[in-house]
Amino acid sequence: MQSRELDQFEQTVAADHRVEPRDWMPDGYRATLVRQIAQHAHSEIIGMQPEGNWISRAPSLRRKAILLAKVQDEAGHGLYLYAAAETLGADRAELTEKLIAGRQKYSSIFNYPTLTYADVGVIGWLVDGAAICNQVPLCRTSYGPYARAMIRVCKEESFHQRQGYELLMTMMSGTEQQRAMVQESVDRWWWPSLMMFGPPDAESSNTEQSMLWRIKRHTNDELRQRFVDMSVPQAAKLGVTLPDPHLVWNAERGHHDFGEIDWTEFWQVVKGDGPCNAQRVEHRRKAHEDGAWVREAATAYARKKEQAA
Amino acid sequence: MTRSSWPLYEVFVRGKRGLNHVHVGSLHAPDDEMALRNARDLYTRRNEGVSIWVVKAESITASSPDEKDPFFAPSGDKVYRHPTFYAIPEDVPHL
Ligand SMILES: [Fe+2]
Ligand SMILES: [Fe+2]
Repeated sequence: MQSRELDQFEQTVAADHRVEPRDWMPDGYRATLVRQIAQHAHSEIIGMQPEGNWISRAPSLRRKAILLAKVQDEAGHGLYLYAAAETLGADRAELTEKLIAGRQKYSSIFNYPTLTYADVGVIGWLVDGAAICNQVPLCRTSYGPYARAMIRVCKEESFHQRQGYELLMTMMSGTEQQRAMVQESVDRWWWPSLMMFGPPDAESSNTEQSMLWRIKRHTNDELRQRFVDMSVPQAAKLGVTLPDPHLVWNAERGHHDFGEIDWTEFWQVVKGDGPCNAQRVEHRRKAHEDGAWVREAATAYARKKEQAA
Repeated sequence: MTRSSWPLYEVFVRGKRGLNHVHVGSLHAPDDEMALRNARDLYTRRNEGVSIWVVKAESITASSPDEKDPFFAPSGDKVYRHPTFYAIPEDVPHL
């Protein structure tokens, strides 16, 4: 016979009510959430790097201010999510240590380099766009603090996507060289963006249980399809070609068919052999360690003030 | 390395005049003043608030470890506390 606590938990989830921090929950549910939320938080924080790279080189004060605000938002997203992970008993500093030690992952998309300024626009359009597809259903995820964090995140993401698309529209109405720059960037980011939804359903080991627990609401392939369908008209309007000869409308399915994703590349990047994995983690480690004296000084100051009081 | 030596604060924001402060999340800070500044940067980047409260999480006393606890049972069977409990003829004005 299963426990009264488990009954209660299952009833809460089945009724689409939210599980709150002090409720009893199965160990597996807690562990899955900590892993997923931490990975999500790490992605936001590491995700600041590829774009942060362009803040000082963005072509105008306006573009610099926009990019700075966007990157600052991503820091905020990371912090909302670390706060949600902490309500499950995780320790924030420990999560950072695990990231630096390579024991926790982040989205593989951020292991690709930002080679041109057009990448800033394409990241906003495609990478933030894919993130939005993933995140909107998470606003209804079964764990309350995670759902609430995602609502805040989603509100802010739409600015990210729109600034990216607007940047690209501006470049597309520029010179031939600028248009070529946008197309070249789309060619590099399209496939990695599709990989952001994770492995195909048949190989996604956690999906089934996560859907039962209503942590996840849609499978990886469903969300990927939704993203492709959304992106096609946006690409057309922009005047760029998505680099997939198999991309075609399928009237029977009511969806676009698209080509096979290079899963070998996906797993290679996930396992640490992407173009920038080592650089991203090293940068994070250095920032964390270089900031140690600030954290220590603030702590010492707070202690001194407390003693004086 | 010192681990999480900064205390946890819960953050409450008043969205605009006339509304209650509402819990929006948490953060770590070395002291109350820094907690307020960090809360401003983290939770009100787009005019989400006109006033912020921060309180150390350890100072909060909560009702019970379970969100659906018998603690709230006493109010469950007192339907007479609600105005709809009382049948009043339709033609009585202003009631
Ligand atoms: Fe984000
Ligand atoms: Fe974003």
